[in-house]
Amino acid sequence: MGSPTKAMLLDWYRQMVLIREFEETCHRLYEEKRITGVYLHLYSGHEASGVGSMAALRKSDHVITAYRDHGIALILGMDPKAVMAEMMGKKTGSSGGKGGSMHLASKDHNFWGGYAIVGGHLPLAAGIALEARYHGKDDVTMTYVGDGATNNGYFHESLNMSAIWDLPVVWIIENNGYAMGTEVDRASGQVELHRKAEAYGIKSFGRVDAQNALEVYAVALKAVDYARKKGPVVIEHVTYRYRGHGVSDKQYDAREDMSAELKEWMATREPIKILRDCIESQYGDVGEVLAQHEADAVQIVADSVTFAEASELPSTYEDLMRNTYVSSDLVHKTAASVGAGID
Amino acid sequence: MPARNVAMREAIRRALREEMHRDDNVFVMGEEVAYWQGTHRVTRGFLEEFGERRVRDTPISEMAIGGLAVGAAMAGLRPVAEFMTINFAFLALDAIANHAAKVRYFFDGMFKVPLVYRAASGWGNQATASHSHAPEPIFAHFPGLYVGCPSNSMDAYGMLKASIRDDNPVLFTESIALYPKPGPMPAEDDGDFLIPIGKGDIKREGGDVTLVAYARGVDWALQAARQLARDGVEAEVVDLRWLRPLDMELVYQSFKKTNRCVIVEESLPMYSFGGEIAALLQENMFDYMDAPIKRVAAEDAPLPYSKEIELLALPDAQKVVNAVKEIV
Repeated sequence: MGSPTKAMLLDWYRQMVLIREFEETCHRLYEEKRITGVYLHLYSGHEASGVGSMAALRKSDHVITAYRDHGIALILGMDPKAVMAEMMGKKTGSSGGKGGSMHLASKDHNFWGGYAIVGGHLPLAAGIALEARYHGKDDVTMTYVGDGATNNGYFHESLNMSAIWDLPVVWIIENNGYAMGTEVDRASGQVELHRKAEAYGIKSFGRVDAQNALEVYAVALKAVDYARKKGPVVIEHVTYRYRGHGVSDKQYDAREDMSAELKEWMATREPIKILRDCIESQYGDVGEVLAQHEADAVQIVADSVTFAEASELPSTYEDLMRNTYVSSDLVHKTAASVGAGID
Repeated sequence: MPARNVAMREAIRRALREEMHRDDNVFVMGEEVAYWQGTHRVTRGFLEEFGERRVRDTPISEMAIGGLAVGAAMAGLRPVAEFMTINFAFLALDAIANHAAKVRYFFDGMFKVPLVYRAASGWGNQATASHSHAPEPIFAHFPGLYVGCPSNSMDAYGMLKASIRDDNPVLFTESIALYPKPGPMPAEDDGDFLIPIGKGDIKREGGDVTLVAYARGVDWALQAARQLARDGVEAEVVDLRWLRPLDMELVYQSFKKTNRCVIVEESLPMYSFGGEIAALLQENMFDYMDAPIKRVAAEDAPLPYSKEIELLALPDAQKVVNAVKEIV
């Protein structure tokens, strides 16, 4: 435990510029109607929240999140090509084009997915953590949850269950100030969201400036260690979204107060710049390495777009029906069976 | 397993207990399943036998019960989550319909969700409106989930075992009215007695009319069949056992022989099991149809407290007999 090494910091920079390039490209492709669909929730502005906290995990730990999931997927090392192909609903997408932007997952990375019902993934996180406890493993389940979800029943019930069963969950509230368009203080009686932990007897690690990856990491290290040994913890990441709730959110264009707020965050609390300043102040001239990471990100994302656009769309009835169920010898099917699905 | 009559509650308890002995990953969770010994006594003795790790009392948190089972199943456990009654499963409908039934699909087969939701279901005993539902068809609406609804002890035993062993999510309902009802069990000791998911059963043979039912409806259909036999009408009783998948092959075979059908269910009449079966019959068996298809279901009202009007709302054998007499 301790401070991140130079190699770690440089890698965080790589991850953060990759996410930003990926997300801004998604935004452009959506505007150009090359990515279709109605849901595309971008992680621009949130980068340090995911990068700093997941740096505290080991490979056997678990991660689950809501629908703002692209950044989480890329941090875990999912192939940007498969992620971009999923945005475009292609067969080569990580979910075969069945899930889209909100449903990225990778079993190989212990990434249990992005979920689209606010709070719906929280009991799933508790269940994944239960499996670890059940089998005597000390792996933690890092669970990202938006500020809005802290007001629904799933949050209350899941945190409470994690407390009574001592489940190793790191509940990270990504507080970006808004649940869709509703400010935290209009939605929550308790505006210091981490303090909701007290209601369930859960250890809170307080509020963290989640535009600063180093601060995020320092707290995450302690919180993960606590969760591994004892039980659930809550951390509140104070962050900001650069592209609204989702790409269809035009409030930032329409409302002066919101666009001024956005400019202020971008000018003073930009996570990539904060990390860059930190690296440069500690290690001097690393401009070349950073520039290389930036150039790589552009190339990787461009390649992902080329790959995704060249990929095939699912189009057959079999594509539609496949994976509704697991193929099973215990299921009796005849030509006249109804509602049996195909495997 | 000795060949003797046991109550359906006991048959379910045996199935669950045997599967827990067979596979350490099978565990039960729910309200009052451990220290209270189960509200319906299905998990009686489990806490002592299996311990707190595998017999887990939960708070009154249906949303969390529903969703936690999904996560645990994805991660490799085989949860059997009990909703004390199916009325409370409405609180978990999002977890059931959006996650248990869909995570496999929206991640294109990446995960399995081998879980069973058990829920006591049904009307009666003046339980009043909010505790008086038989809403199995609501849950059978969603592709990705299987729905099993046994009508007797042996079926409950074999169906629950298959549900626990299968890698798909299953909602398993247990008619409260059938819990105490004794019925035969498999003749031999057979821990591997399994009734395949989606396989229906002919509970009585007859050539004059087909009665299609599940769960408690099978009881009413069999009673009606005995009564009809005295008047010289032989009814065939098809117990579908599973609402999803539906064994329509069995219904079609019977209908080709009888050319007449009455559908019997405990559930409400609108957008119902009866509506679905009738639609499938007219689409696929039109040439065999000699009479209108009749449906016997609950009356289209919430259940009241007062006994006389409560019974008025419920289907029974006499209502089935009356429906048959309109078409034979």
